[in-house]
Amino acid sequence: MELNKYQQEIFDLQKPTIEKYGKKTWGWTIFYLLWIGLGGYALYLQIVKGHEITGMRDNVVWGLYIANFIFFIGISYAGAVISGILHILKVEWRKPIIRIAEMITVISTIIGPIFILLCIGRLDRLHHLFLYPRLQSPITWDVLAILTYFTGSAIFLYLALIKDFAIYRDAKLDIPKWKQKMYKILAIGYRGTPSQKKHISVSMNLMAIMIVPLAIIVHSVLSWIFGMTLRPGWHSTIFGPYFVLAAIYSGTGVLIMAMWAYRKMYNLKSYLEDKHFIYLGYIMMILGAAYGYFTFSEYLTDWYGSEKWDNELISKLFNPAQYGWWFLFANLAGIVLPIAIVAIPKTRTPNLITIASFFMVIALWVKRYLIIVPTLESPLLPMQDTRQEFVKYSATWVEWALTFAGIATFFLFFTMMSKFITIIPISEFGDKEKKGEPVIDVQKEKDIVTV
Amino acid sequence: MNNDEINNKGRRDFIKTAAVATIAATACGSIACSCSSKKAAVGEKVRLLSPEGEIVEIDSAYLNHQEHMAIVSKLEAREGIAGKRFVMVVDLSRCKNARKCVTACQKWHYRSEDKEWLSVKLMKDSDKGAPYWFPKQCFHCDNPPCVKVCPVDATFKRQDGLVLIDNERCIGCKFCMAACPYSTRVFNWDEPELPLDILKQQYSPETGIPAKVGTVEKCDFCPDRAREGLLPPCVEACPNGVFYFGDENEDTVSNGDETVSFKQLIKDRAAYRFQEELGTKPRVYYLPPKDRQFPVERGYEDLPENIKERYKDVMEGKSE
Repeated sequence: MELNKYQQEIFDLQKPTIEKYGKKTWGWTIFYLLWIGLGGYALYLQIVKGHEITGMRDNVVWGLYIANFIFFIGISYAGAVISGILHILKVEWRKPIIRIAEMITVISTIIGPIFILLCIGRLDRLHHLFLYPRLQSPITWDVLAILTYFTGSAIFLYLALIKDFAIYRDAKLDIPKWKQKMYKILAIGYRGTPSQKKHISVSMNLMAIMIVPLAIIVHSVLSWIFGMTLRPGWHSTIFGPYFVLAAIYSGTGVLIMAMWAYRKMYNLKSYLEDKHFIYLGYIMMILGAAYGYFTFSEYLTDWYGSEKWDNELISKLFNPAQYGWWFLFANLAGIVLPIAIVAIPKTRTPNLITIASFFMVIALWVKRYLIIVPTLESPLLPMQDTRQEFVKYSATWVEWALTFAGIATFFLFFTMMSKFITIIPISEFGDKEKKGEPVIDVQKEKDIVTV
Repeated sequence: MNNDEINNKGRRDFIKTAAVATIAATACGSIACSCSSKKAAVGEKVRLLSPEGEIVEIDSAYLNHQEHMAIVSKLEAREGIAGKRFVMVVDLSRCKNARKCVTACQKWHYRSEDKEWLSVKLMKDSDKGAPYWFPKQCFHCDNPPCVKVCPVDATFKRQDGLVLIDNERCIGCKFCMAACPYSTRVFNWDEPELPLDILKQQYSPETGIPAKVGTVEKCDFCPDRAREGLLPPCVEACPNGVFYFGDENEDTVSNGDETVSFKQLIKDRAAYRFQEELGTKPRVYYLPPKDRQFPVERGYEDLPENIKERYKDVMEGKSE
């Protein structure tokens, strides 16, 4: 395939990245693999010795794992909602950032469900979910929704990649044979004929339209795992939209961080521009305000109504001796900080927005923890248990090791994928790009002849 | 009868055999049934339907009486005992936290001391209210939140009102534990320590034996004993007749000493169900702790120190 001037430019810039798996990359890969290895060992222990080696017990039946699950499914919204909506609205500046967004989606949709599997006592009976499914159970809804969502977002990512695979295939890159072969297979004979172009464009639009409601369903269903129970702090009608919003919000944060990292690592400043940070910052600010509003109304009603159970939970969240500081951090770093950084023109810089995103993403993880653990520590009947570990949850090294292994897997997948595909989509810089410049027609009959 | 023989016979013959076997199984209850009275001489073969639904022929000498007798098929265990509606009434005015119910339950089900399917809480409804002992087992709700959320149908509601768990089906997701508002369910966090003969015992959701690692379990109202016409061990063990167990359809409940009309009892004593407002419709009724037989301290003084610790906060007047 012939490339136009801009495509050639961006391709040349990124060629070395996909041609070589440099020393530095190997270093990081090994680092991640070590973490994953430690997690693997922890998982082995958990399977052999039972869940006793985790901090979970009869009252707090779920802990870090579920918080991680919500967190990873949450950040997967970066691709689904942000890139989906921007695609539907045909926002031009989306082009350099959509691939990063979609990669976040696909990767975190793989990692998230792994964490829910870690909560399951009998992994050897996982097939029961398909052998004896009960549609009444929100877990069944989750299984269906997440599988569909994963398939949908993988297709969405792949559709956008086909043109690029064709470019890599034809570029005579200095790469091993298997990689060349992979590109050839994955390009599925794309030559850029008008009909092929049209098909991809139509499918992309369809997927973009489908992925948005699908994503909303996934996180709503996820929130209903909690919302459908009769527990204080969970049994809330606001939970569906609250979770969806928090998910898009944290997804935007992760997207900003990923953009910042790639811009630094691969020197892509002329493509991942300041304006991208600022635009995404605006989106983050609006989402932050909405998220703050939801948080406020959720806790205000619980606190004001002061029913016995709600009251007990709220007093734990407000008490500095219990979860007070974490709750404060979750709200300051998760709501106030990002809004302030973006709202004040002086602090509206890529670096500061990234820092705000970083703290916001951590705060949202803390928030998920605060949704899960304090509620489970406040059962309706008095616990009256002398076993400290049954009364108060504290995660063990096994759970932390697996948590970090999950994060390492996220980075590892990201690193490996960015060595296989270009972070900035080349084909997207198409036909009538950038002001005033004549556009080179990629479409030539002879291209089709050269098979 | 092996498979080849079944294949050689005609289809009609097979159905006939199956019918005979089913009748035999129903008559006996099951393979490992209490057929002691019908015990035949060694060498006599008996055709039976196994819990897996296969027809097996065994020497009648192998039909042993077991302590947990009625090991019915999985299907029967899911359907429940026809015509029954089990119900329990707990008389709070009689409880002095003797904890005999707890230990009897643990012994019958081969559960360790830290697994309490039945626990006794010290409740205090308001700041100035008098504390009282509150034995609590599974409420076998008619609108059970735990059953609703189970993704694999491992916990189920039966026609006789019981909510049971099939621990060979359970995947251990613990969603039911999160959904139960009464913290009734317990999880096998590690491999349960059991005697060898118990480990080898045929599992049934009706007996809950043997326990399995990574699965959820809870009070089952002992339907295996109900099939034999026996009361649950907690009812029998209670020295004060706190628990009445029986059948709502028959309108009789018994605490072992006396058998009374269920309707009359809950009417006369103004029975209530715990946290009715949750809409779970429990099958356990409580008789309010009025005119108590024992001062609440009687259940506290002689407790071992570690159990005493549980109730310290309430006993020493601190509000919950």
